Amino acid sequence: MSGLRVVKPAAGSGQPERRAEGAQPLLEFVGVAKHFFVGGELRPAVEDVELAVRPGEIVTLVGPSGCGKSTLLNMAAGLFAPTRGAVRYGGTAVAGLNHSVGYMTQQDHLLPWRTTLDNIALPLELRGEARDRRIARALDLVRVVGLQGFERHFPSQLSGGMRKRCALARLLAYDPETLLLDEPFGALDAQLRLGLQAELLRLVRELGKTALFVTHDLDEAIALADRCVVFQGRPGRIVEQITVDLPPDRDLLALRLLPRYVELTQRLWRRMAPELARASAPERAR
Amino acid sequence: MSAFATWAWRVVLVIAFLVLWEVASGRLVPPLFVSSPSVVAGKLWGLAASGKLAYHASYTAMHALAGFALGAAAGMAAGLALGRWHRLAEVLDPFLMGFYSVPKIALAPLFILWFGVGTQMKVLFVAMIVFLLVFLNTYTGVRNVSREQLAILRLMRATEAQLMRKVVLPSAVAWVFTGLRLSVPYALIGAIMGEMLASNRGLGYLLADASAQFDTGGAFAALAAIIVLAILLNALVRLAERKALPWREAETAREFSF
Repeated sequence: MSGLRVVKPAAGSGQPERRAEGAQPLLEFVGVAKHFFVGGELRPAVEDVELAVRPGEIVTLVGPSGCGKSTLLNMAAGLFAPTRGAVRYGGTAVAGLNHSVGYMTQQDHLLPWRTTLDNIALPLELRGEARDRRIARALDLVRVVGLQGFERHFPSQLSGGMRKRCALARLLAYDPETLLLDEPFGALDAQLRLGLQAELLRLVRELGKTALFVTHDLDEAIALADRCVVFQGRPGRIVEQITVDLPPDRDLLALRLLPRYVELTQRLWRRMAPELARASAPERAR
Repeated sequence: MSAFATWAWRVVLVIAFLVLWEVASGRLVPPLFVSSPSVVAGKLWGLAASGKLAYHASYTAMHALAGFALGAAAGMAAGLALGRWHRLAEVLDPFLMGFYSVPKIALAPLFILWFGVGTQMKVLFVAMIVFLLVFLNTYTGVRNVSREQLAILRLMRATEAQLMRKVVLPSAVAWVFTGLRLSVPYALIGAIMGEMLASNRGLGYLLADASAQFDTGGAFAALAAIIVLAILLNALVRLAERKALPWREAETAREFSF
């Protein structure tokens, strides 16, 4: 875990190309099922999940609410074990907390009594780094996520988007090998979301991270993904995996005009909302 | 309304009240019952000039502050311990709730029996009341730390000691201050009550003594002194809170949103 030392604009092309096809999967779900006790009865959250994430890959998970996508992230983090099957990380079964992953949830979980800078520096503090090095690193990251001028603000003084950026910077300070992202940009306005998506994509590529990304936004699910995994039903099952054969270092704004992107999102929409897609089909045929 | 106008209205209200009081006293209501502002002012001035006011007020303040400090420290410690030790908390829960709902004043005679009529009794009586409030708030604070929050930091390799120091304690502090703010009036109630029941000094004694001699003016003078002391104690806690929790200040200053 050293990749983050080289934060520079993606001008050069010497990025670590780790997305070799057929490489050993980094994160693997093998026949995974998870059941929870809810109100005294055992309810399945996910069933028969087979999913392998390769190093350097961005995999997005989409599906209706309550189909167990977050459950998969929790198991990848080792917060709880699957009821059936196995979750493997780097070839070994995940037992207990998986410190190789960093988790960013819908809520930012910043500490309200810490300033932006101190929140970002927290993982470094936990690691026992010297104060001046922590601060220097945190200031770097403040620049990466564009929070200059807000270093001394408390979370309560930041807007929702700024808090997300702060949480993202904290995640990057921890510098995990794999990012688990649970609707991180859920409640943001369109332009802010696009900005953060682009930032995330750039950082993940530049630092050679792997990412598992839960989203409800179907455009985001294609735009950011190398592969988009579609879940359906309760318990959630994988019903389709869409390989997104768009360039890895893509321009998220220009992407919208690419026929291939349009085609892929159409496919996803048809899968997610067949009746809507059918209703609109005659109109498109005109 | 501007801050100035608000204050102006307050002053007008106080003056109107005092005038009404002065006029009513002796005309509508016998002075024995309500005294009058001029008499009360005279009494206050006499008490202040003779040094009696400072003498009695300092005892009450000492009883309240010492009890407050003792009760708050014990309450924080117990709240933290029980907040972490879930099994014990579960066992003790009904007893604590039962004890909490006892009117604390009912325990005053027992405290006199146990600790006599001296300073010790008043301080411990105040401490007992403050302890309960601070304890319950601290305990709630520790229990309310988000489990998700802790999980995220554990993933970042935080040790249990680090979680305690960097998450549990700071978030409990916010609740501790809520407990402290709630405790201020109770600390004064405890001190005054103790002094009224068994003492020969303190504002509570002054109040009880004046009433016993049908010196209504003296009683109102003591009451006025008690009110001033309460306001000062409240201001002190708020000042401490502002110093200890600057982020809370930021929270209340932010614009209104859901």
